[in-house]
Amino acid sequence: MESIRTIPSAAITDCVARLCIRACTVLPGQVVTLLEAAGRTEPYPPAQNTLRLIRQNAVVAATKNVPICQDTGMAVVFAEVGQDVHIAGGTLEDAVNAGVARGYAEGWLRKSVIRDPLRRQNTGDNTPAVLHVRLTAGDHLKLTVSPKGFGSENMSRLAMLTPADGLEGVKAFVLETVRLAGANPCPPIMLGVGIGGTFEQVALLAKEALVELREGPHPDPYYAALEEELLSSINRLGIGPQGFGGRTTALSVRIKTAPTHIAGLPVAVNMGCHVTRHATETL
Amino acid sequence: MALSLQSPFTQQVLDSLRAGDQVLLSGVVYTARDAAHARFCTALAAGEPLPVDLRGQTIFYAGPTPTPPGKASGAIGPTTSTRMDPYTPPLLAYGVKALIGKGQRSEEVKAALMQNGAAYFVAVGGCAASLAACVQSVEVLAYPDLGTESVKKLVIRDLPLTVAIDTRGEDFYREGQKRYLESVR
Ligand code: SF4
Repeated sequence: MESIRTIPSAAITDCVARLCIRACTVLPGQVVTLLEAAGRTEPYPPAQNTLRLIRQNAVVAATKNVPICQDTGMAVVFAEVGQDVHIAGGTLEDAVNAGVARGYAEGWLRKSVIRDPLRRQNTGDNTPAVLHVRLTAGDHLKLTVSPKGFGSENMSRLAMLTPADGLEGVKAFVLETVRLAGANPCPPIMLGVGIGGTFEQVALLAKEALVELREGPHPDPYYAALEEELLSSINRLGIGPQGFGGRTTALSVRIKTAPTHIAGLPVAVNMGCHVTRHATETL
Repeated sequence: MALSLQSPFTQQVLDSLRAGDQVLLSGVVYTARDAAHARFCTALAAGEPLPVDLRGQTIFYAGPTPTPPGKASGAIGPTTSTRMDPYTPPLLAYGVKALIGKGQRSEEVKAALMQNGAAYFVAVGGCAASLAACVQSVEVLAYPDLGTESVKKLVIRDLPLTVAIDTRGEDFYREGQKRYLESVR
């Protein structure tokens, strides 16, 4: 029999609190690299200037330990829980929410969560988190906090396309989503695209594609080529950084797929801004 | 070269601005986002005074992070203006003269800006760590129950902005994108 490893819930709370603060103040290295590359390829001087301001802001945030953006988001938390882990002293959900409350208080982060979508009373501590749990092999617990701002989240879209819509339908939907979003999601944007699965699954695929910030090209050459093609089509639209014109409308397009039904072709675009943040730790 | 300007604006200065102008704004602006706008418009519809006299003033669509001890302001930056579109024509008719946010506006807002001689400015979204350095003080004036969405008076210095829609209704989103596309044709 495998031995069971015990992780105290307080350790989870401590970890989530740290990750909230780190994610909101330190832009992931990959996003910084993409911004630097965009600065080199952007031909339009006003757009170059905006890209420079954006890069400077990330440096100011990290060195002065202040939030990169005032919208420190809703805390989306991914927990990969090894099935040989026992969480002692409380539930995972309570531990995560306590971590979010503490991180947003201690980090002087903005509290942007309301209890009820229609009656709209701020909860005052940025809880509850949006928690996605996956059971994995082993005895580790991996936590990722991805604070999501709603300027970009609001510009996300989902469509239940049909098999006849096919590849062309997916491409048209992605481009239309970017065009409709225009300047609103703080371009340069990052796109997470989910294709396949069911209605609820495709939205999560899109979110994961955005949060995981996969290193390197898509492992499947078919989708690697599609990501490249979408990115270059988007960067011909002319929206540009801040929406005032330029090549750099998007920094990256990441696709995640899942098997789907013979009758369906769900597609979802989760819109990310240039402050697409996350922080990860494994306990 | 950016123009150094003061808020509140005089009508003469507002009228002289052109879409695409770069501005460094100093003076006083008031924050208000979705929830405060809803309350403003309820008050205006009922013929009641607003909690802060905003006639002739500048509204900044912003909800800053809390001010840490020893600092003048938390991180601050513009939120998406489109969400304020439904509330904006009545506020411009009431007398608000300048708006600061990010993103495009509706045709109704453009028409109301022209009609009331008001202008729409934008700040770079997602640069809140840098913009915080332009805020000298933050004071909650109304609706403290709204938390970050309360109405705050900000004293600012050299806040970098672009004129997105001028008092003639010229729109720099349209113009800027057109200029870029022409430059690469
Ligand atoms: S869309 Fe992103 S960069 Fe823009 S205000 Fe929201 S969180 Fe900040």
